[in-house]
Amino acid sequence: MHRDLGGSTELTFKQASWHEPLIFELSKKGKIGQIGPTLTEEERSTLSEAMKNLTEDLLRKTRPNLPEVSEVEVVRHFTRLSQENYGVDLGTYPLGSCTMKYNPKICEILAASPRLRNLHPSQNASHTQGILRILYELSQFLAEITGMSKVSLQPSAGAHGELCGALIIRAAHRERNELDRRTEMIIPDSSHGTNPASAAMAGFKVVVAPSDSEGCIDIEALKKTVSSKTAGMMITNPNTLGIFEKRILEVAEIVHDAGGLLYYDGANLNAILGKARPREMGFDITHINIHKTFGTPHGGGGPGAGPVGVTEELAKFLPIPTVEFDGQNYYLDYNRPESIGRLRAFHGNISVLLRAYAYVLLLGAEGLEEIAEISVLNANYLARKVLASGRYQMPFDSKKARKHEIVLSTQKITAETGIRALDISKRLLDFGMHAPTMYFPLIVREAMMIEPTETESIEALDRYADVLTKIAEEAYQQPTIVKEAPQNTTVGRVDDVAASHPKTMCLTWRMYRNRQATS
Amino acid sequence: MKAIGIRSIEELYSDIPKQVRLKKRLNLPIRTSELEVRRHIESLLSSNSKGSEIVSFLGGGCWNHYVPAAVSDISSRAEFVTSYTPYQPEVSQGMLQALFEYQSMICELTAMDYANSSLYDWASALGEAARMASRVTRRNEFLIPRHVHPDRRATLETYAEPAGIKVVEVKNDNITGQIDLNDLESKITSKCAAVYLENPSYLGCLQIRARDVAEIVHSNGALFVAGVDLISLGILKPPGEYGADIAIGEGQCLGNAMNYGGPLLGVFACKGEELLRQMPGRIIGLTTTKDEKHRAYCMALQTREQHIRRERATSNICTNHALCALTATVYLSLMGASGMRELGMAILSKTQYAINELNRIKRVKVPLMKGQHFKEFTVSFNESGRKVRDLEGSLLTKGIQIGAPVTESIPELGETAVFSVTEIHSKEDIDKLCTAISEVLQS
Repeated sequence: MHRDLGGSTELTFKQASWHEPLIFELSKKGKIGQIGPTLTEEERSTLSEAMKNLTEDLLRKTRPNLPEVSEVEVVRHFTRLSQENYGVDLGTYPLGSCTMKYNPKICEILAASPRLRNLHPSQNASHTQGILRILYELSQFLAEITGMSKVSLQPSAGAHGELCGALIIRAAHRERNELDRRTEMIIPDSSHGTNPASAAMAGFKVVVAPSDSEGCIDIEALKKTVSSKTAGMMITNPNTLGIFEKRILEVAEIVHDAGGLLYYDGANLNAILGKARPREMGFDITHINIHKTFGTPHGGGGPGAGPVGVTEELAKFLPIPTVEFDGQNYYLDYNRPESIGRLRAFHGNISVLLRAYAYVLLLGAEGLEEIAEISVLNANYLARKVLASGRYQMPFDSKKARKHEIVLSTQKITAETGIRALDISKRLLDFGMHAPTMYFPLIVREAMMIEPTETESIEALDRYADVLTKIAEEAYQQPTIVKEAPQNTTVGRVDDVAASHPKTMCLTWRMYRNRQATS
Repeated sequence: MKAIGIRSIEELYSDIPKQVRLKKRLNLPIRTSELEVRRHIESLLSSNSKGSEIVSFLGGGCWNHYVPAAVSDISSRAEFVTSYTPYQPEVSQGMLQALFEYQSMICELTAMDYANSSLYDWASALGEAARMASRVTRRNEFLIPRHVHPDRRATLETYAEPAGIKVVEVKNDNITGQIDLNDLESKITSKCAAVYLENPSYLGCLQIRARDVAEIVHSNGALFVAGVDLISLGILKPPGEYGADIAIGEGQCLGNAMNYGGPLLGVFACKGEELLRQMPGRIIGLTTTKDEKHRAYCMALQTREQHIRRERATSNICTNHALCALTATVYLSLMGASGMRELGMAILSKTQYAINELNRIKRVKVPLMKGQHFKEFTVSFNESGRKVRDLEGSLLTKGIQIGAPVTESIPELGETAVFSVTEIHSKEDIDKLCTAISEVLQS
């Protein structure tokens, strides 16, 4: 007899929802997940000697209220939590400007090597030649990819790299005795939020450069914005609309003629790997988001790494230490008197950088270029598919090809049905797909910024486009479904206003208990 | 390509001006198979093997502590590892809840009110603390003791300078290792935004006058920033109990591997709502679903952050070290209060044992300063006439990596190094160290 083993093969999604208590609520007095090391008799006697020297004032009187749980309870608790968390390994995660691509497993295995994990950063260089060579070669790879002369691997993240770059701009103007008057950093209105924040941290006043009708930097306006006060300009290219700033050489000339330096925000480098480099576009400084372009995982928010590359003239300002090679040995160079100094302890987020080194070797020059091509092809394919429905718009000349990301607007749907980009994003989650970046860039209303990356197959893109179209139809036919989405996720829509309101805000377990006790 | 009406991929790059287009392929290695990449990197790492298998007494902000198996296992789960910042809380409850638990545990350990969900490391946390103190008090001097790790000091200077914050040094007593209260009182003025104290100090000295420092600081209308070793707080008084307004520290010791110095984990906590509003970094809050039927977690107080506030944000930090914070949360869950207490005792005992044994060696003074030490202590070779760097080389050949010299950062202490002892050091390791030093000094 023939039995049908089929059933629907269409993907459906229902995220785990354990209503998992806080680990503090699982606590039972006396339980422990890990016992301490046994002390020898001799060690016990030195302990009592040490305890005698500890005055009352140095000792902790009350035990910290940490949970008391067994190992298996800890493992189950966090495994359940992991099931309530969506990652790239589960499905499409097209957050615009975040470059959520697949993180090759071999990179994870290599980074987990005990030979890296147990290595102390101050260990004598004669015993760390292997890792130093990896770091040195990676910095050479990154210099080649960006066209820059020298790269520092120290910054811990993109924003940290921006701070580093802005401080280098500061150092360069100080050297020319122009820091007093060069107080302004120019930043396009479509920029990432970190750009103005980093510039401000480095002591600059932020001046906004407007976009033109094509979504690019308005050249005429820029000419009026630059002055003898201009310290520099921070630009992402392709920009956050996914559009290549085709007049970038003019922009560079305007900024350079005014005496400013040009900073490249590397968040969108994925689109142009091997096709164009920041140096040839006229940039003096660039950071690279290792956790975006070079396939290292985002870890629920980090750690990443944000190496910074500069031109020959600016190399002396890079943070200490740099990794060098004298023809025989690799070493850390601290003797850099004009350096901006340190941005953190030790040398960088090494286990992240090691993954990037492996990633470049796996792909090679050819593979990196292919990444760029497919990421751009994917973005444009998705745009065509979604726009064909006629429901979404792509502001700023929708016929023009984009690079790695597209910014759609739900304005038409919103005007006709009241359903907003937020609602559509939440509804996407019901289909087991991550939402795009919402309401960014700020110059597009009801924005949904989608970056599929090279990771997504044509089938995955078709599915994403179909779901977006389907949701648009729902907005007209069954708006409640969209407004009440998501339903298939661990929890329904979260009250984020209450999370920040002084009366309802709850930021720790202690606050929660105190609130329970008083209510 | 057909669907979007192009014949070649090149058409998608036609908007890039010719002068900017790269004419040749990048000069990088050719595409390599996974097998070959694995062999290549494993072979490079194995040339480090001496470095990772040697008995090392290095510390100073990156320490070799035991990482329980369950910690590495949980923190490498792909659902956590391959997720982004939890911008969509409905599908990210797992990471959000874990980070909420992290904040809660840090507040319990430090006895502070609020903690953020991570900064990069202790050094950058110090830089952020100085800037935050200056914003809150509208003052621009930041006082720090002389005995501070040079990386933290240097990072602080980098963060402080553009904000117009002047870093002022306060003396340490070279006999006791304590902060010099007279010098502090003479240097604290109405311009002082905050005073920073490390406990234990960079040289491992427990600070017995922390409460007095708090009083002096507060009576001058300034803030008190304490830097602590998180692993000590199972037995040592937490900063919240001696008057700290901001507490920072290195969370790497809580279950994160050394990884040649990164990623680390910047711990940042504060007291009171006024400071909370000025805190850098992401904070996770417990709330409910909109229908109020279920508990839920999401990012809170985002108006402090760069993606909303842009140039007026409390910091530029975006990507943080969330996975390291998750790791610390699993670690602290396993340890509990009694585990942390036992661990603290073990470290205290081993520190004392190492001090006693090393002190038996002629012409070696351990520690250089009186008073109780935790985990780290000074070993002075001044009387031996030998240089720390030379001894380091000789001892490496005997399979020992000694502590880092302070000769450059605190030259008045001469040929002195800071050694670190944790629970991973057996009695045999310490005995081996002592024998090796004796032998080298006699040769």
